[in-house]
Amino acid sequence: MYFGLSEEQQFFQESINKFLEDNVTVDALKAYRTGENKVLTKTVYNGLNELGLSSLIVPEAFGGLGLDSLFAISVSESLGKGVAPYPFIGSFLIAPFLIDQLGNESQKEKYLPGIATGENRFGVALSEITGRRIDSSIEYSKQRLNGSSLFVMDDIECTHYLIVDSDAGVHIIDASNVNLERVHLNTVDVTSFVSELIFNGIETEVLNNDSDNIEIVNQAIDLGRIALAANTLGAAQCMLDQSIEYAKERKQFGRQIGSFQAVKHMCAQMASDLEPCYSLVWYAAHAMDHIPGESHLMACQAKAHLSEVGASIAKTATEVHGGMGFTDDLGLHYWFKRIGLNRQLLGSPDLLREEAAKAQGI
Amino acid sequence: MNLDFGNEYEDFRNEVKAFCEEFNGIHVTGSLYNYESVIDPNEKPKIEMNVKEWQKVLIDKGYHVRHIPKEYGGFGGELDIVKNVIITEEFSKSKIPTGVGGQGIDFLVPTLMEMGTEEQRQKYIRPALYLDDIWCQGYSEPNAGSDLASLQTKGELVGDEWIINGQKIWTSTAKYAQMMFCLVRTEPNAPKHQGISYLLIPMDTPGIEVRPLVDMTLDAGFNEVFFTDVRIPAENIVGKRGQGWLVANKTLVHERGSLGDPNKMIRRYDKLVNLMKSEILDGVRIIDKPVYRDRLMKIQGKILALKSHGLRLLSGRLNKGQDLNLATMIVKLYGTEMRYELESLAIDAMGEIGTLYENSPHLRDNGGWQYAYMYYLGLIIGGGTSQIQKNIISERGLGLPKEPKIQGV
Repeated sequence: MYFGLSEEQQFFQESINKFLEDNVTVDALKAYRTGENKVLTKTVYNGLNELGLSSLIVPEAFGGLGLDSLFAISVSESLGKGVAPYPFIGSFLIAPFLIDQLGNESQKEKYLPGIATGENRFGVALSEITGRRIDSSIEYSKQRLNGSSLFVMDDIECTHYLIVDSDAGVHIIDASNVNLERVHLNTVDVTSFVSELIFNGIETEVLNNDSDNIEIVNQAIDLGRIALAANTLGAAQCMLDQSIEYAKERKQFGRQIGSFQAVKHMCAQMASDLEPCYSLVWYAAHAMDHIPGESHLMACQAKAHLSEVGASIAKTATEVHGGMGFTDDLGLHYWFKRIGLNRQLLGSPDLLREEAAKAQGI
Repeated sequence: MNLDFGNEYEDFRNEVKAFCEEFNGIHVTGSLYNYESVIDPNEKPKIEMNVKEWQKVLIDKGYHVRHIPKEYGGFGGELDIVKNVIITEEFSKSKIPTGVGGQGIDFLVPTLMEMGTEEQRQKYIRPALYLDDIWCQGYSEPNAGSDLASLQTKGELVGDEWIINGQKIWTSTAKYAQMMFCLVRTEPNAPKHQGISYLLIPMDTPGIEVRPLVDMTLDAGFNEVFFTDVRIPAENIVGKRGQGWLVANKTLVHERGSLGDPNKMIRRYDKLVNLMKSEILDGVRIIDKPVYRDRLMKIQGKILALKSHGLRLLSGRLNKGQDLNLATMIVKLYGTEMRYELESLAIDAMGEIGTLYENSPHLRDNGGWQYAYMYYLGLIIGGGTSQIQKNIISERGLGLPKEPKIQGV
């Protein structure tokens, strides 16, 4: 019996952490935001793909590493820790998962090897299944896709889009399609890339291998939710780490502020809330591959719980930094905002708790 | 990640399962510890057994105090955490009571195994295991709560006897106990942590007075214990003079870890779900009201986290190299605060009914919810308050600086 990340997984996390610490500094993020640094996303994309992130869950038969959900989730944690401006969850988790599970052999052959190398870049549109609202809806009839999708994930320099319609049909379109309009959405989090896609009668390629689509699409969404939970876990841990460092350095009233119980207890509360989250996220990821009966409940609850703990830590860690926490200079807000975006994507905590209740017949 | 214990444990699990089947429906009587009633009160018990007999059956089979050597009255098995987990799991599934623990078995016996003399082990362990000696813990004092190391109960060695004077408080089971393990200041001139000794006191010694202490639940689960010129033999000391703080800390670590058992929490959660399904307000089940559902789901999220965390801690004990220092420290804080949140939801789910108490008509579950709602507030305070826990977590877990000492204290 062993519960936790393997040495290999931890070692892999360390390589990602190291790369991000070196390349995604607060200064780099600031320069990227103001437009001075135009190469950051490219540097990160190439660097992380070199480490193997684009090929992580792509099966070995298609040139990937064929690693499991737990491995992928541990990577997502590191990407949150380093607020990586990198399209992981949509492009390299959900897209290859859906293509592998729902595509026929020639579709897999056509797309998966290119995903593994990072040449095929997928934006992923799931708003018909989770997060449909009056601003957007998709209609697929007579083999044409019409309407629009909101909060398309990982829309940065995409070569393709993967779109799920309301019947859980999964479509692939070329990013260069002339009947496609793409509208960039500015969220608080400049390190993530979301957009609105508008479809004007687009002929699509439909993934088709006679599987039960809705089942697989729901699994893909659950995988995405756990990955978002893990991303928040990493981001929250980084905010806590920064708080502890700051509380040791900053002096007021002639003392390190970390020697005041008011500050200590804020830090202890953050640690106490966060520590069990590792186990929750790991267990949920393990359930995805090995305990299918529990995976949906675990995915909903893991993301809901991490969203709450993340929001609380984002607030508390900012407070520990006092006025500095509120500044752009310190850059703590990049993590705050990543946690804020993750919280709403693929279901806010309140919605997920209701989904969890329904899933267990409550 | 691998959640299997391996095939070699399957035989053992089957053996435990067979035992549980044999004793299915047992009702154990005469226990001092009001552990959860595990059988339906309306069901006539198939087997009835006194707690001491049951304890003996379990020890003989190796299903309790498994790793205590035979010469001291234990089963004499190897220390095998997985087997202990299997026993707990199977007993819990079959709703069969596990062996009785309490302060003697859970705290004193491990302390003697580690720090006691051979004579002390021979003399005290067997009667503790078979419940012939009930032990109580004499730590807290009226002026030494969170600052336990400032305790003032005095022990003076005169000839071959300790003479003890002072007062202890929050002493559960003192009114039934035959023995007390007690922290006493024996070196008044030493720094406070180095002036304490760990003494073993027979409760029938002249000069001891036990007064029940009624708490907010209106139960007298605790006592105050007064010592006036209480004389005990000089050899009734564990460890050396002045080492008592060290000896006691070994068991305090154990106590804090034991307060966050996820299995208990899951059983309680299931009970809460049933309560929320059965309470109907204005024609609607409480569980169908969105705000209450949401609170329930929030608690479930935390319980799932704690359950998974339990696996992580277990894994840390089975495998070398997992650093679980911080992960262990947070259990008392997290577990007790969460349990209180769970009990609070039960009270709110019942509304006015939730305030009924003491044999009132319309009472639910014999008043157990209101009792637990108060009792678990007590556990947030007892065994190191949440605030003390946060000091420990931040200083020892996160490396934050200690608060500057006030001059002269």
